[in-house]
Amino acid sequence: MSKVYLALQDNDMSHYIVQAVEEDNPEVTVIYQPAMIRMECEGKLVVNRATVEEKIGREWEIQELQLSLVTLGGNVEEEEDSLTLSWNQ
Amino acid sequence: MATTKTAKKLNLKEKYRLLTRDLDWDFSYEDKKEAFPHEEFEGIKITDWSKWEDPFRLTMDTYWKYQAEKEKKLYAIFDAFSQNNGQMNVSDPRYLNAIKLFLTAVTPLEYQAYQGYANVGRQFSGIGARIACQMQSIDELRHVQTQVHAMSHFNKYFNGFQDWSHMHDRVWYLSVPKSFFEDARSAGPFEFLLAISFSFEYVLTNLLFVPFMSGAAHNGDMATVTFGFSAQSDEARHMTLGLEIIKFLLEQHEDNLPIVQKWIDKWFWRGTRLLSIVGMMMDYMLPNKVMSWKEAWEVYFEDAGGALFDDLARYGIEKPKYSEMIEKEKEHISHQAWWIFYNFGHVAGFHTWIPSDEEMDWLSEKYPETFDKYYRPRWELAKKMEAEGKRFYSSGLPMLCQVCQVPMTFTEMDGDPGTFSYRTTVYNDERYHMCSNGCHDIFVDEPEKYVQAWLPVQQILQGNCGGPELEKILSEYYRFNVGVDNMDFKGSVDEQNWNKWKGTA
Repeated sequence: MSKVYLALQDNDMSHYIVQAVEEDNPEVTVIYQPAMIRMECEGKLVVNRATVEEKIGREWEIQELQLSLVTLGGNVEEEEDSLTLSWNQ
Repeated sequence: MATTKTAKKLNLKEKYRLLTRDLDWDFSYEDKKEAFPHEEFEGIKITDWSKWEDPFRLTMDTYWKYQAEKEKKLYAIFDAFSQNNGQMNVSDPRYLNAIKLFLTAVTPLEYQAYQGYANVGRQFSGIGARIACQMQSIDELRHVQTQVHAMSHFNKYFNGFQDWSHMHDRVWYLSVPKSFFEDARSAGPFEFLLAISFSFEYVLTNLLFVPFMSGAAHNGDMATVTFGFSAQSDEARHMTLGLEIIKFLLEQHEDNLPIVQKWIDKWFWRGTRLLSIVGMMMDYMLPNKVMSWKEAWEVYFEDAGGALFDDLARYGIEKPKYSEMIEKEKEHISHQAWWIFYNFGHVAGFHTWIPSDEEMDWLSEKYPETFDKYYRPRWELAKKMEAEGKRFYSSGLPMLCQVCQVPMTFTEMDGDPGTFSYRTTVYNDERYHMCSNGCHDIFVDEPEKYVQAWLPVQQILQGNCGGPELEKILSEYYRFNVGVDNMDFKGSVDEQNWNKWKGTA
């Protein structure tokens, strides 16, 4: 199984997203590099709106992810309440 | 109390449908084929455009909202950077030479991408593809503007930033990126998407915008990392478009498979050659290192690209041809590229240098198979010659590959990596030269296209670039400030200024 990955700018907003991803994807590996944070996971990784909202303490739209995104790998499925990266193998 | 209920907010899918698909119309009195005349000649068969998926489901209103927010953040940082004399916080003034190369080689490609997507966005009869191309076109224009704004600050303090657009159209090594994009833009609309959205955006720009930008941060350059990551936040969307395009083409018709595979083979090779410049920027031009080119290549090309091609295997797509060659070259290419520039440092629009002892030790550690064996001895020799006052510049003009336009000084990967790699072919009684099997095969497949290449060295020799004295070509045709922009960093005006500002002169 290949890894999917999601890299975000190392900013305040991203820290809440990373916390949410860690909670919802216990097997995720988080790598801190200069100015960016890379999260990678075997096969699949999900960002859930509800978890991010709980971490950040306000309403948050999935598309706000656009503001912090650096790069990603995997097939993207964006829904109202989640964004999923996956490989179909 | 008001009893009217506010209308329920549209969900993403519904909004996307209304604001993209619903804007399309049918052709009742015009022939659709005449309206979209470029859609069929490449042989790609589209049976149902409505199957086109945009996974991000971005609509124009949301697009403007988020892009505006990105711009506000970005320009606040540019202001802070210049108000606080951010240029003084870079790790080492040599670093700026990577940024000069970025401005002259990469920023104009953003402009070409803007033009390219504006063009192909007109060529598709499917509304989803047209809207995605429209947004990407606007993104690319934003990237040009933000990059120029960011780097204009350095133009106040360092040499070589003054005439990037003029240089891009003329300078010998800048024909490598320029001709890459012109090759894509002069292809049909589907090949353009395969070349730029898929090969370039999905796999290759990651190598430029992610580890290199992380490196900019590591070298104290807040402005560059910020424009880099701001641009890259759009790239993530472009990459997703690239992946969707390839899936779409392969799901539409089985006849598309061999055409798509051929384009993948061609454009991964073209992109690999183009990125040799980025390889040397990472290994030699960033004073504080984040990761080696080889490591970046493994993460973004081999792992990320490998996962991608495993995913596409279900359509019958195979890994790009020449992948094995590419894997061997990662040990060599950055060293060979920087050696070319060191040899031709007198005709480059930025400064070159011999890596320091610590830098050479880092390269030995990162390239245990090749650096000490093949490349350290060259640098030790260069160092010795420099110490004796015999700094060596190549006085001839290099032969260029007819396809990638890189000087033909890359070497054989099967056999002795100390032997130059040359390939030739004859077309209409003329002999043409290529650097590799990849470039050779690309030429042979489309000779009519590549015989028209504008090769800087041939143009100089034909008298089309002014001169004939080298200095006149550099100063009048390229608009270099000769003796200021070029030559070694050591002893340069940039170095003298830096020492003066830092009080170490």
